[in-house]
Amino acid sequence: MSTLAHRRRARGDGQEGLAGLLLSPTLLLLALVVGFPLVLSVRQSLFQGGDEIDPTTGIIQQGDTFVGLQNYLDAFTSSGAGAGFWNAFWNTTLFTVVGVAIETVLGVAMALIMARALRATGLIRASILVPWAIPTVVSALMWQLIFDANGIANEIIGQQILWTTEGLQAKAAVLIADIWKTAPYIGLLTLAGLQTIDEQVYEAAKVDGANRWQTFWRITLPLVRPVLMVAVLFRLLDAMRMFDLPYVLLGRLRSGQTLSMLAADAASKTDFGMASAYAVVLFLYICLVAVIFVRGLGADVIGDADGRARRARPRRLRTTAEGDLP
Amino acid sequence: MTRSLPLTTRRSALAVGGLAAAAAGLAACSSGGDSGSSDGGGTSIDLEERGPITLARGKDTTGALADFLSRWNDDHPDEQVTLIELPESADDQRSQFISNAQAKSDSYTVLGLDVVWTAEFAANQWVVALPEDTFDLDALIPATVTTGTYFDKLYAVPFTTNAQLLFSRKDLLEEAGYDQPPATFEEMWEIVAKVQEKHPEINGFGSQYAKYEGLTCQLTDVVASAGGEIFDAEGAPHADSAEATTALQTLRDGFDQGHIPQEALTYKEEESRQAFQDGKLIFLQNWPYVWDHFQNDDGSSQVVDKVQVSLVPAVAGEGTSTIGGANYAISAFAKNKGTAVDFIAFMTALEQQKAWMIETATPTATAAVYEDAEVAKTFEFLDTLKSAIDKGVSRPQVVKYGDVTQAIQEAAYSCISGEAEAADALAQLQEQLTGLVES
Repeated sequence: MSTLAHRRRARGDGQEGLAGLLLSPTLLLLALVVGFPLVLSVRQSLFQGGDEIDPTTGIIQQGDTFVGLQNYLDAFTSSGAGAGFWNAFWNTTLFTVVGVAIETVLGVAMALIMARALRATGLIRASILVPWAIPTVVSALMWQLIFDANGIANEIIGQQILWTTEGLQAKAAVLIADIWKTAPYIGLLTLAGLQTIDEQVYEAAKVDGANRWQTFWRITLPLVRPVLMVAVLFRLLDAMRMFDLPYVLLGRLRSGQTLSMLAADAASKTDFGMASAYAVVLFLYICLVAVIFVRGLGADVIGDADGRARRARPRRLRTTAEGDLP
Repeated sequence: MTRSLPLTTRRSALAVGGLAAAAAGLAACSSGGDSGSSDGGGTSIDLEERGPITLARGKDTTGALADFLSRWNDDHPDEQVTLIELPESADDQRSQFISNAQAKSDSYTVLGLDVVWTAEFAANQWVVALPEDTFDLDALIPATVTTGTYFDKLYAVPFTTNAQLLFSRKDLLEEAGYDQPPATFEEMWEIVAKVQEKHPEINGFGSQYAKYEGLTCQLTDVVASAGGEIFDAEGAPHADSAEATTALQTLRDGFDQGHIPQEALTYKEEESRQAFQDGKLIFLQNWPYVWDHFQNDDGSSQVVDKVQVSLVPAVAGEGTSTIGGANYAISAFAKNKGTAVDFIAFMTALEQQKAWMIETATPTATAAVYEDAEVAKTFEFLDTLKSAIDKGVSRPQVVKYGDVTQAIQEAAYSCISGEAEAADALAQLQEQLTGLVES
């Protein structure tokens, strides 16, 4: 809100021209590296590669043909080249929703531990962060060994689950490996948020007789919320693009196929039209989720809610100070 | 490339890092979208066109290639060949070849192609038809020449080849009273049952049944040994034939009756090798590279001197293996194709083929090397290997190989994992394959 007002003021000052001039290199760069490929992809998604084969020489006859929205239609009806779209769509959604939900809970727990650790702080923080530091492909290979038919996972649970075969266990394997790797990311960002909370607020709560649980729900969580929301948003967008983990861990199993994998697979078959269509659908899906998340849940990505948060703080303080805790 | 099957390996580099990046990549790939049109560099080769060339192929993990190239370069000072090493993964090599072809770049001259890519590269005219009389094709094993041929024209000359073999636990077989490895699945099940009476903890038969390229190899070879074929010589699919159904049902029975362990559904080459090497399998079907691992006496192998080699098990009659290997082709957009032809002839000549086989332990495509005494010293089961390659079958030679192999894997996997019945899975496969070759 405040930036809008600010912009309006700037216009009044007649500095609009200068601002536009100063911004133009950035805008040009964005148009070049984001806008241009995006437009090309959308255009490509309306074409299909040539596949007329000459019956005597076996040589492909024609180039790309314009097919309108056929690629999208194929995807949404899961027919022809679009087979597997809904499977991949629901996999992507499942990995995102379930994965990020669990990561958030674990991440916050990790942050609380890291913030409270009195001894060996460095060691605890480092050990929690190790999974995040390992490249996904490497961690996927590692989990592949763990989830081997005769691997450690089966050794520990004492029965042979074939993790890398089709079925729910394969989805579980992806989720476990993903959560292991990315919960520390949420933990790290949340920790940064926790450290900005004023110690005095906790002292005030203690004076008011709040127990640990109440302190967490009424103070820690509301105050860390802006940071946490950004962390969760980034993880959501990241999880929706998931590619390397299921690709390495499960290969071509349907149970692990995500939208990114479908796009890569279509491109590898030189079906660039279909690949672009998948990429565009995924892009729109991600945009939709991002908009819903920012609008609906108030994730503060660009920092314009700073004022709001600052205003909100004293109010929340007052509620606790007034002692209306249950 | 002997053991790395296409389309299976890690593609870390291609991980879709950011959507904008992915979109940019797709847009870039599409810029040469009409490469299928007839300006694909012509189909005839001017043999007089000479000069420096390049050889683009997967990373040479053997380290032997440099010697071969410098031998050529010493004799041809004006027609030097430079090696361009592509990634180790077959998938990555293929995508580099394709982007290079779509950009119509002349930077790759001779291409090292996996045996299953011939049709796609030929149909798109990314590689040129080769003058057959320039190469001594009669000296090559016919089954390997088939892999380089598309619509009766030669597009790629076989350099290396490969075939799977059956590795049996000699000690367990002898103990159970058998002195010969089994020729058919039926005989094998009988032996498994007998051996397991005494050793219930040892699994029966293992091969590559995970859902990846290896599974296409498995189905191709059992269908062939049952007397069927997934595609006929004219390129029409016959996936739902009675022979194919019998073949797939044989594998399914193996799983249902416990002769093939359930965990074989997770086996690729390495997993199955490890299981056999740890003494957990009586029989293993795999590529010849596993032999050295089994004979390794540093303690990593439980089966040293206990392994016997024979042809892969058959549904009926004699076992047929899928052919692997690498062929050499010439890019349609390259300069100095005349030199390239000579270079390929040089690499596939007997002398080089023999040296390559001895130095790298990779089977080569020339028939005469299998008669050679020096080669026999390095390969303990040379005769069996030769006869496996002779009887070998090609995987489907179709333009849309990527789609076809995935459809085959899907059908075979759904049946052996108990999700679908053989006849239903294959009927559906037939429908898909028909659509793929017609469209």
